Amino acid sequence: MALKNWALRKSLWVYHVNTGACNNCDIEVLDLLTPRYDIERFGMILVGSPRHADVLAVTGSCTRQAQPRLQEVYRQTAKPCVVMAIGSCANAQGIFAESYHMGSPVDETIRAVDPDAIIAYVPGCPPKPEAMIAAVVKAWDVINTL
Amino acid sequence: MDTLLVIVIYIVAAAGTLALGLLSRWYDRKLTAMVQYRKGPPVYQPIADVLKLFYKETLVPATARATGFLLAPAVSLAAVSLAASILWAAMFARDGSFVGDLIVVVYLLIIPPLATILGASASGNPYASIGASREMKLILSYELPLFLALMVGVVHAGWTLRLGAMAASGAAVYSISGVLAMIVAILAVQAKLGQVPFDAAEAECEIMSGVYVEYSGPPLALIYLSRAMLLATMPLLLITVLWGGLQGGWGVLAFAGKYILLITLATLIRNTNPRLRIDQTVKLFWYGLTPIAVLAVVLAVLGSSWKISWL
Repeated sequence: MALKNWALRKSLWVYHVNTGACNNCDIEVLDLLTPRYDIERFGMILVGSPRHADVLAVTGSCTRQAQPRLQEVYRQTAKPCVVMAIGSCANAQGIFAESYHMGSPVDETIRAVDPDAIIAYVPGCPPKPEAMIAAVVKAWDVINTL
Repeated sequence: MDTLLVIVIYIVAAAGTLALGLLSRWYDRKLTAMVQYRKGPPVYQPIADVLKLFYKETLVPATARATGFLLAPAVSLAAVSLAASILWAAMFARDGSFVGDLIVVVYLLIIPPLATILGASASGNPYASIGASREMKLILSYELPLFLALMVGVVHAGWTLRLGAMAASGAAVYSISGVLAMIVAILAVQAKLGQVPFDAAEAECEIMSGVYVEYSGPPLALIYLSRAMLLATMPLLLITVLWGGLQGGWGVLAFAGKYILLITLATLIRNTNPRLRIDQTVKLFWYGLTPIAVLAVVLAVLGSSWKISWL
């Protein structure tokens, strides 16, 4: 299965899901595509449909409205796939944790659908693009064990 | 010529076109990256993409007709492989070409867009159906000018429909009608490949990859392969019909140069233009490029009947 894991590592297609972010993390995600970081060097591209995706880049605090939709997007994604919870909000709902309209944090939301989901956490408000690349490298280690 | 040898050439040619197509896809992405001051993907990137897609899960939507949905990518790949094989056979073994093979190739090259429409309609997704309707209008707009442009090559080669004879008869492009035909053909090829500015059927940030929105795993890999092969096949068709085909000796280098030039041009057009709306695309092809192609055919006919080679 070495070939399978190599191919998946070298060709991660990213689908960006916003579950109620303030757009700051989204801007940092877009920074990854710029000449300075250029994640296409590692074969990563942004795709328009979750069916094509290998990575769900989830930003935002996962509000009650967004929660079932995030779960639906995860169900529609072709497995194996990696979920990246990007930013303090996606990790632990950030400063909005006590608000009335919160669902559950992204990892709990995903695990409610699939207990074995691969989830990478990228803390920061917003996290630096370097931190996201580091999270992908850590996800590679998990992919190697598939 | 042995029938067996022709069959072997066909199989080798299809495999070679696959390799060439994946390499062209990498070149396309690398050049795009260079245009945008990026470093771009490594050379094995398309192979990694295809392998990964083959190992992924195949999802069929609950609302889809599974047969048509899963069959369409395979039909598309088969059609473009056969078209590429016929083109290579006409270049390498002149006897491997048969009367009317230009028409066969043109018909085979309409099948991938038709299969795309079939698959998109079968997927039961509203975005895919918007994409399918746009793809249909795209076919209606570019097929006529493309065939008229290829007619110029037919006229220059002395009214023959054999690709081998057209490749052997010299380049039609070094004449006024040939240049006009080449311009029209390059734009029509861009539309056939579904590349910007004619990518309204996919429009990944508007209708989420449109026609391909529901595909995942191996069927998506087949679509990836057939699109890569189409990227290699269309320049081959233009070179065979309009630009002298493949000659021996230094001709091989000239052929490689022409191929790289056409791929580069397609990539640069893709990177320097915004997407046209579907009505603008149809207007451009019907009111702009079709009259130019008709003019080119008329000039070519006049040139061949009055023996003026530069017309």
